[in-house]
Amino acid sequence: MELTSSKEDALQIIAIQEQRIDAAVALAFKDRMRALTEEGEGTVLLDLNHVTFIDSSGLGAIVAAMKNLAPERRLVLAGLTPPVDKVFRLTRMDTVFGVFPTVEAALADLHG
Amino acid sequence: MGCAMGDPPHLPPFAICIPGDEQAVRNGLAEVLLCLKPLALSAEDTNTIELVLAETLNNVIEHALSDSSAPTRIEIRGAFCAADGLRMTVIDHGAPMPAGKAPTSKTPDLDVSTDDLPEGGFGWFMIHALASEVRYARVGESNHLDLQIPVGL
Repeated sequence: MELTSSKEDALQIIAIQEQRIDAAVALAFKDRMRALTEEGEGTVLLDLNHVTFIDSSGLGAIVAAMKNLAPERRLVLAGLTPPVDKVFRLTRMDTVFGVFPTVEAALADLHG
Repeated sequence: MGCAMGDPPHLPPFAICIPGDEQAVRNGLAEVLLCLKPLALSAEDTNTIELVLAETLNNVIEHALSDSSAPTRIEIRGAFCAADGLRMTVIDHGAPMPAGKAPTSKTPDLDVSTDDLPEGGFGWFMIHALASEVRYARVGESNHLDLQIPVGL
């Protein structure tokens, strides 16, 4: 489970370098997210633009990551490809997260 | 076993078998999508099939086969017809569904505090949302889940 982390002002950007977030990697994803966000503060922006398949286990893992960060830190999402967007909209989870079309759009919005 | 080629949109029925473990799901999905190649489905239809089947297989592995220590296999049968779309049957030899029927679709309750947001329970919801028909039957010692997916119509 390859995740990369970078800083942009007060934001931590974590990019998923995998095409699938499914039952096979859900646990590893949660562990990596926890490790990468243990230190640090501010909003975490999860860049999903490489992800072309997510199932309910993957969705659950992202929800778990958000709950783990709360209440101090917020998790927002960017770069949802159509299959990922479909799962978030079907389950209405898009209403729970801040969802941005691209990382750039998220940065522009979050920096005001 | 495996899939034969046909003239689209007619697809001969296919059947594949995968080991009943989490790591085999990806390969199983890829194999089914390969069988469906002749249909030249849209990316969205293909994703719908992959999602419904992934949720079904994950459920089988997590619930029906969770107590089985012996190696188990899951069979996936598929047939396409231009009027109804894709019919798939997923067969396993694990424990029966509780109460002898497939769980119904329940809309996840998101009107809760962050701490209480659900991390699971989306699987059956998505299966019911994407399939036009979901039918479960216990046949002898095996589970048969019939899924009708309105794709390629």
